[in-house]
Amino acid sequence: MEAHPATAPGGSARGLTEAAVLTWRERASERTLRRDGRRWTLWTLGVVVTFGAPAAVLVAIEPLAAPAALFCGAHAVGILHLQARRGARAVVPIGGPGSAALRPGADPDAERVALGLLGDLLGHSERELASDTGFAIQRGRMGIWLSGEAGALLVRPGGRRVDCWCVRVSEAGELPAGDRVAHLLLALREDEAGFATVANSNFSGSLARVRRRLPARSRPALDEARRLARAMR
Amino acid sequence: MSRLIRLDRTGHTEVAEWSADDRASQEAAIEAFRRELEEGMLASITGTDGSGEVVRELPLDADLVILRRPIQGG
Repeated sequence: MEAHPATAPGGSARGLTEAAVLTWRERASERTLRRDGRRWTLWTLGVVVTFGAPAAVLVAIEPLAAPAALFCGAHAVGILHLQARRGARAVVPIGGPGSAALRPGADPDAERVALGLLGDLLGHSERELASDTGFAIQRGRMGIWLSGEAGALLVRPGGRRVDCWCVRVSEAGELPAGDRVAHLLLALREDEAGFATVANSNFSGSLARVRRRLPARSRPALDEARRLARAMR
Repeated sequence: MSRLIRLDRTGHTEVAEWSADDRASQEAAIEAFRRELEEGMLASITGTDGSGEVVRELPLDADLVILRRPIQGG
């Protein structure tokens, strides 16, 4: 599978309209992604050290305090688990938990029409992947993107790190699930860096941590993105 | 025939269609396009390689122009 490239060759001269109005935000770039990734890694280490070091000292001083030390360590694991889960779940693949397609009153005809258009925007194998996993895959300069209904995952070149982004249609209202993904896909194709500027990052870390927290049917999309991202290294 | 479509609650709606040899249909499409942009919609075209480009005037040589709503951080 060869996911289509994001952003017109040479980049869209005018870029994403939504990003242009966010004058207070630094435009996303390779540099900002690397910097934010390092911050997330430092935060993770901070959590481990903050809870792990006292636990180790406690056991060293008094082995009988091991249950308390275990509780302390579990607290750190819990925090890290919740952060990765929040990143993975906010994306919402089509048909996954929180999908507009599953909401009460969803119009099956509209859902079918929207999925048809989304399929038209994708290549053959990408269409199959979207149908199976609920994610639209898109090659970018920053990595391989997976667009869901309410966010996107970016598998960075090399395939080890995933950035999770919260981004959605303004006033989505009664938009069918396929249209929500199509909105994000179109915006991503228009201006990849602008898309990452508009979106709110809510997690960056190892691919394995995010993969475990995705619905099982959506994991092959992340596997495919990792395969493509490894070739970008 | 070229088409201007809007992503909406029905999946999508065809707002206008035009052809190269029909000036009236082109003018109607241009008018419809402007009206949609005034209402806050954004337009883009997709290249054959899947890349996208924002358009603020109706490209009459495009096969398909898609109107979408703005996006925002969640």
